[in-house]
Amino acid sequence: MSIDLKTIKHISKLSRVSVDDQKAEKLANDLNSIFKFIEKLNELKTDKVEPLTSVAETTLKLRSDEVKSNNIREQIVKNSPQDNEDYFVVPKVIE
Amino acid sequence: MSDITKQSLSELVRNIKNKKVSSEEITKEFVNRSEKSKELNAYITEDYSSALDKAKKFDQKPNLNLKLPGIPIAVKDLFCTKDIRTTAGSKILNNFAPTYESTVTQNIWNEGAILLGKLNCDEFAMGSSNETSFFGNVQNPINKNLVPGGSSGGSASAVAGQLTPITIGTDTGGSIRQPASFTGIVGLKPTYGSCSRYGIVAFASSLDQAGPMAQNVKDCALLQEVISTYDSKDSTSINFKRNEYSKELTNNIKGKKIGIPKEYRVDGMPKEIEDLWQKGINYAKDCGAQIIDISLPHTSYALPTYYIVAPAEASSNLARYDGVKYGFRAKGENLIDMYEKTRSEGFGAEVQRRIMIGTYVLSSGYYDAYYLKAQKVRKLIKNDFDEAYKKVDAILTPSTPSAAFKIGEKKDDPVSMYLNDIFTVPVNLAGLPGISIPAGHDSKGYPLGLQIIGKAFDEQNILNIAYAMEEKIDFKNKITDWWIK
Repeated sequence: MSIDLKTIKHISKLSRVSVDDQKAEKLANDLNSIFKFIEKLNELKTDKVEPLTSVAETTLKLRSDEVKSNNIREQIVKNSPQDNEDYFVVPKVIE
Repeated sequence: MSDITKQSLSELVRNIKNKKVSSEEITKEFVNRSEKSKELNAYITEDYSSALDKAKKFDQKPNLNLKLPGIPIAVKDLFCTKDIRTTAGSKILNNFAPTYESTVTQNIWNEGAILLGKLNCDEFAMGSSNETSFFGNVQNPINKNLVPGGSSGGSASAVAGQLTPITIGTDTGGSIRQPASFTGIVGLKPTYGSCSRYGIVAFASSLDQAGPMAQNVKDCALLQEVISTYDSKDSTSINFKRNEYSKELTNNIKGKKIGIPKEYRVDGMPKEIEDLWQKGINYAKDCGAQIIDISLPHTSYALPTYYIVAPAEASSNLARYDGVKYGFRAKGENLIDMYEKTRSEGFGAEVQRRIMIGTYVLSSGYYDAYYLKAQKVRKLIKNDFDEAYKKVDAILTPSTPSAAFKIGEKKDDPVSMYLNDIFTVPVNLAGLPGISIPAGHDSKGYPLGLQIIGKAFDEQNILNIAYAMEEKIDFKNKITDWWIK
């Protein structure tokens, strides 16, 4: 299997990382060598193996539905690159 | 008091409790030495003046019952510290000042520790040489132009160079143990679920774990005792009975069964590593341990599995960096363009590479072939350990397949860089505790480490084995202070 430039462009769209042609070429090379290394897993038959999603053998705990943090609006927007006191500001989305 | 920075944590704590030295005196010494050590580039953010203020305050009303009374500590810049810049080594978080504190750092402040500053690391902890940091590479105190390992490279450099008595790092695939091995110090990766992940910048959530790095095993045990707590704010934190690791530390390991996995004798392993391992086996025998040959048959599949699981989780965790809520934002013509440019300019090459791998293996049509397959192999790897632990109490291996390498040597070859973690990655996949202790030097005089892997929640046992072996090994780190003019 080989990852071509078209695939790189597709993944870059999915991951919202813009990639120019030069960078795409480099990424294709890197990913191909990494996937060649990953292909080793195909040596193993795993049809009857249960996938392991977490090593922590506990079920996720539920917590009671209580408000614990009040009035933290200021803290939430504090680090935003552009804000208008109460809101996050983004480029216009509606024409 | 002279040579304060040469003292171990345990000595500093004892001297402060006996009122032989004040927190201010200690803090001043570590600040001075840190200031003279800029060439190591171990710090991303310094917090010296407020550290000195806090030390003075501590001395006015010292609470000597605490475990880290007035002890200055620098931590990896992956832990959120309230109102203090936390970058994760990335441009995208260059101006991020968290409004909350991570549980692990809160635990050390609760025991009296004082923040010295935030230590350099690979960007989002993705790297094995600290060369992916936006804030530049870190020098290894052992030798100029030598990597300190990664991703906790600044942490390892700071402890080995005596800029901080101890530190905390994080370990997703070896990021505590590999740099500890490269710099001649001790590093423990605890059992998954032992230390809270709350407030740690996430990389791969099913693998990430915080842990202590120190000059010796006893200090490491003390710090582990402080940072390991159950935390309801981390949904995978595990509520088990934690030991008082430093108090219960013993060098009596007579009759302990230690496994030697034959699969760790990898092709092309340097003879020096082979010899070191044999030396370790002999030391363990000298301590009264019983050596047993074991097999971990799926060892060679661990790295390929890791390089699917970790990037997949990373690509999903790092989706939050969109230039809207916090962090860096690039200008874009519209919303999507802004997202794409922000992430392209804000993330470095290695992080982008891993986001791409992760996105690919999770994308429609490839999920089963890669991600699901990797999760199944992960199960086989964990089964290997479960089988082995029916016969042994712990496992002894080298920490890394080589000593520290030169800066730039592996930078352009991702696969050869990844191979560095061949002995450490299986431990993360299985969620087990592992400790690296310095055990010898290679022909160039660079330190080499041995790794002891334990059963889940059996930190006390591997700390004890490490403690006993440390005594026999009697390792001396060769630090010449070459960076201090």
